[in-house]
Amino acid sequence: MSPQSHPTTTNDAAVNEIRRLIARHKTWDGLFGLLGIVTLLSALLVFATLFGQMLVNGLPHLSWEFFTSFPSRRAASAGILSAWVGTVLVMLVTTLVAVPLGVGAGIYLEEYAARNLLTDIIEINVTNLAGVPSIIYGLLALGLFVYQFGLGQSIAAAGLTLALLILPVVIVATREAIRTIPQNIREGAYACGATKWQMVAHHIIPYSLPGIMTGVIIGLARAIGETAPIITIGALTFIAFLPPSPFGDAEHLLSFEWLLAPFTVMPIQMFNWISRPEEAFQANAAAAGLILVVMTLSMNAIAIWIRHHFRKKIKW
Amino acid sequence: MSSISLKYPPQPVVTAATTVQRPVKVAANLRRRLTERSIETLLLLAALVSVFTTLAIVAILVWESIVFFRTVPLLDFLTDTQWTPLFDDAHFGIIALLSGTLTTTLVALLVAIPFGTVLAIYLSEFAPFRVRELAKPFLEMLGGVPTIVYGYFALLFVTPLLQKIHPGLPGFNMLAAGLVMGIMIVPYVSSLSEDAMRAVPMNMREASYAMGATRLQTALFVVTPAALSGLASSYILGISRAVGETMVVAIAAGMQPNFTFNPAEPAATITAYIVQVALGDLPHGSIGYQTIFAAGLTLLLITLLFNIIGHLLRRRFREAY
Amino acid sequence: MSIANTLTAKPTAELKARANALNFYYGNFQALKNIDFPVEKNQVTALIGPSGCGKSTFLRCFNRMHDLYPNMRYEGEILLYPDGVNIVDRQVDPIEVRMRISMVFQKPNPFPKSIYENVAYGLRVRGVRNRSLIDEKVEEALRAAALWGEVKDRLGDLAFNLSGGQQQRLCIARALATDPEMLLFDEPTSALDPIATAKIEELVSELKERVTILIVTHNMQQAARVSAYTAFMYIGELIEFDDTKKIFTNPSSKLTEEYITGRFG
Repeated sequence: MSPQSHPTTTNDAAVNEIRRLIARHKTWDGLFGLLGIVTLLSALLVFATLFGQMLVNGLPHLSWEFFTSFPSRRAASAGILSAWVGTVLVMLVTTLVAVPLGVGAGIYLEEYAARNLLTDIIEINVTNLAGVPSIIYGLLALGLFVYQFGLGQSIAAAGLTLALLILPVVIVATREAIRTIPQNIREGAYACGATKWQMVAHHIIPYSLPGIMTGVIIGLARAIGETAPIITIGALTFIAFLPPSPFGDAEHLLSFEWLLAPFTVMPIQMFNWISRPEEAFQANAAAAGLILVVMTLSMNAIAIWIRHHFRKKIKW
Repeated sequence: MSSISLKYPPQPVVTAATTVQRPVKVAANLRRRLTERSIETLLLLAALVSVFTTLAIVAILVWESIVFFRTVPLLDFLTDTQWTPLFDDAHFGIIALLSGTLTTTLVALLVAIPFGTVLAIYLSEFAPFRVRELAKPFLEMLGGVPTIVYGYFALLFVTPLLQKIHPGLPGFNMLAAGLVMGIMIVPYVSSLSEDAMRAVPMNMREASYAMGATRLQTALFVVTPAALSGLASSYILGISRAVGETMVVAIAAGMQPNFTFNPAEPAATITAYIVQVALGDLPHGSIGYQTIFAAGLTLLLITLLFNIIGHLLRRRFREAY
Repeated sequence: MSIANTLTAKPTAELKARANALNFYYGNFQALKNIDFPVEKNQVTALIGPSGCGKSTFLRCFNRMHDLYPNMRYEGEILLYPDGVNIVDRQVDPIEVRMRISMVFQKPNPFPKSIYENVAYGLRVRGVRNRSLIDEKVEEALRAAALWGEVKDRLGDLAFNLSGGQQQRLCIARALATDPEMLLFDEPTSALDPIATAKIEELVSELKERVTILIVTHNMQQAARVSAYTAFMYIGELIEFDDTKKIFTNPSSKLTEEYITGRFG
C-alpha cells in the first residue's frame, strides 16, 4: 500500500483495519495459550486425583505390619512381604542381565560395529523390540524360559523376561550417551597409546555413565511395574512364603536356590487384590499401588535429576 | 616429480638393545591383540542378544500357532465371531477379540490425539522456557506410572464416576478402560509430537513471524504442516501402544470375549484374553494353551505393522530436516 | 613439478624420522603424493601450506591416527630412528607407534577427569602403578609444559575448569608425561587467544631440548618463530623443504614464494 495512491484517511483506516486484525489474531493466540495451560493443568489434575485417591484409600493401611506380613485371606492382616522381597530379587536378576548385555550392545554398536548388513539388522531389531508389547515377552518367556529351559515359574524366568524387555531401553540410552562424547576425546586417548578397549574402558564408559545410569533406572522403573509378562509366565498370585535366602549356610557362602523359587511381585500382588470382590482388599490394592507409584516416580525423578545434573556439569 | 635430495644420509641404525627388545614387544603386542579381539567378540555377542530375542519370539509364536492352526482352520479363525476356546462348543473367531481391541484403542485415541497434540503445540511453540522445563519431566514421570496403577484407577475411580452420569454402565466396560488408556498415552504422544515440532528449523518460524504471523498462526500454518509426518508417526506409535496395552483393559474392560463395538459394554481384548488364560491352569500343549500363542501372533503382527508405518513416517520426517 | 635442489648436506645432523616415498589414500583419493621428508632430532620442523594441502594428513601418519577410520591406505615408509622401524607398516602395531610418538590436537581435548589424572593417563595406559613414580612424572610434565605453577595447588580440579590456553598446555603435559620420542602438534594454537598462543610457542621452542617436534601451523609467522626447518605442502605434495630462514627469505619454488607472500592460501 503506497501512500501516494491513497489519501491519508484511507491509510488510517487501513492501519486500523490491520490493528483490528492483529488484535483478533492475538485473541486466538491467547485462547490457545490458555487451552495449552488448561490441558497441562488437567494432566496435573488427573495425576493429583489418581495419587490423591490412592493416598486416601491406601495410606491408612500403610503400616510396618503391611511390609512384614504375608498376603492373607483376611484383608486387614494381609501384607506385601513376599511381594516386595520378590520384586527385589527379580530386579536383581534383571539388572545383572540387562546392564552388561545392554551396555555391551550399545558400546558395540557405537564404537566397534562396521557399517554392514549385520549392524543394520541389529539396529532395526533393537528399534522393533522397543515397540513389541510387553505381553509378547511374556509369551516368549512362557515358551522359552518356562518350558524349553525348564526354569518354571521362577524368579530367574521372571528376571530374564524383564531383562529382555528393558534391553532396548538400556541399549538406546547407552548409545545416546556415547554419541555425545566428541571424537577428539577418543583421539586424545589413542594418541596416548591406549588400545581400543583401554579407550572404551577409561573414557567412553565413564563419560557416558550418567546417561547409561539414566537409561538403566528408567528401564528398571518400567520393569518394576510390569505385570502382564509376569502373569503370562503363570506366576502364582498367592505366595505366603519367602524364597530361600541368597546367603547360604556356612558351607556355601552364597546360595542360588532362590533363583528357581516361586515368587510374587508387587504389581501381581496388587492385581490380585484389585480382582478380589471384597471391598476391603481394594484398600490393600491402593496401599500397594501407592508404594509402586512412589517407587517408580522416585526412580524416574532420580534418572531425570542425573541427566540434568551431569548435562550441566560436562560441557564438551 | 623429482624427489628432493636430502641433506641427511639414511641411517640404518639398529642398536643391540633394540634387537633384544623386539621379541618381548611382539609377545606383548600379540597378547594385546588377543585381548582386544576377545572383548570385541563378547560385545558383539551382547549386541546379538536382541537379534536372538526377535528370532525366539517369532519362532515360538509361529511354532505354537502352526500347531494351533492344524486344529483350527485359518478361515474359521478369521471369520467366526465367537471366541470360546475353553467351552465344549469351542469357537475360535479372533474377531471377537479384535473388536474389543479396536474399540478400546479408538476410545484411547480420541483422548490421546487431541490432548497430546495440544500439549505438544503448547509446549513446543507457546510455553515459556520455565514451564517447559517443568512440564517435560512431569509428563515423563506420568508416562512412567505402572499400567496396573492406571488399571486400578480405571476400575475403581473412573467407572464409578461414569456410572454416576450413566447409571446403567456395567462394572466392566471398554469406555473407562479406553479413557484411562488414552490418558496413559497422552505423555507418549505429546513427547514424540513435540520432538517432531522442535525439529522444524527455526528459520521456517522466523520466516513466518517476519510476515507478521502470530504464534498460533505460525504453529498451525507452518510448524504443524512441516512436522506432519512426525506427528502422524507419533499417533501411529500411540496406536501401537494402545493395541498392545494389557493391564488396564484386563482389569477395567473385563476378560470375557464379546463381539461388540459398543464402548459401554464389557469385552476382552487380545491381551486381556492372554491374561485370562494365563491366570488359569492350562496344561502345556493343550489347545487352550496354543490359543494364546495364536492370539499373540495376531497381536504381534498388528503392532509390527503400526510400528513399521510409524518408523517409516518418522524416518521420512527426519530426512526432510 | 620440479624442485630446485638447494639443500646443503649437514652430515653432523642426526635424524629422528624420515618419510620415504610416502603415499596416503582415503579410499581412491590420494591425499599424500610421494613424500620424502626428514625430521631432525631435537629440532622443530614446521609444516605449512593452504588448508586442504595435506599437512595435517601427513602429520597424522606419524602416529597412525588414520588407522582409527576405515578405508585408508599407506604406501611407502616413515622410518623412526634409532631402530629404523617403518611406522606405517601394517605389521607394526599402531598402539606401539602412539606410545613412542604423542600428539597435541587443534582444539584442546582434555579428558573430563582431574588435572592430575589427565597427565597421568599415558602412564596408566602403560600399566604404571607406582604412585610416587606417577606423582613425579606428573609434576615433571606439568613443569615442562609451564603449567605447574598455575595448577600445583589444585591438581584434583576438573580439567575443564582451566582456561583454553591452560587446557592446551595440559594436553602438552599429558603428551610429555610418557617421555615420547616425538611430539606432533596439529595447529595447536588455532583455538587460542594471542597471549595463550605466545606461551605455547615459547613452550614449543623450549621443548625441543627433550623431544623432537613436528608442528602443523596455519600461521606462517608461527612457523618462522618456532621452527628450524619448514616444509611447504600443496595439494598433497611436498613442494619445498629447507631451513626456515631460507624458506621465508629466499624460497626456491615459485609456489612457495607466492604462498609466503600471501598471494594465495
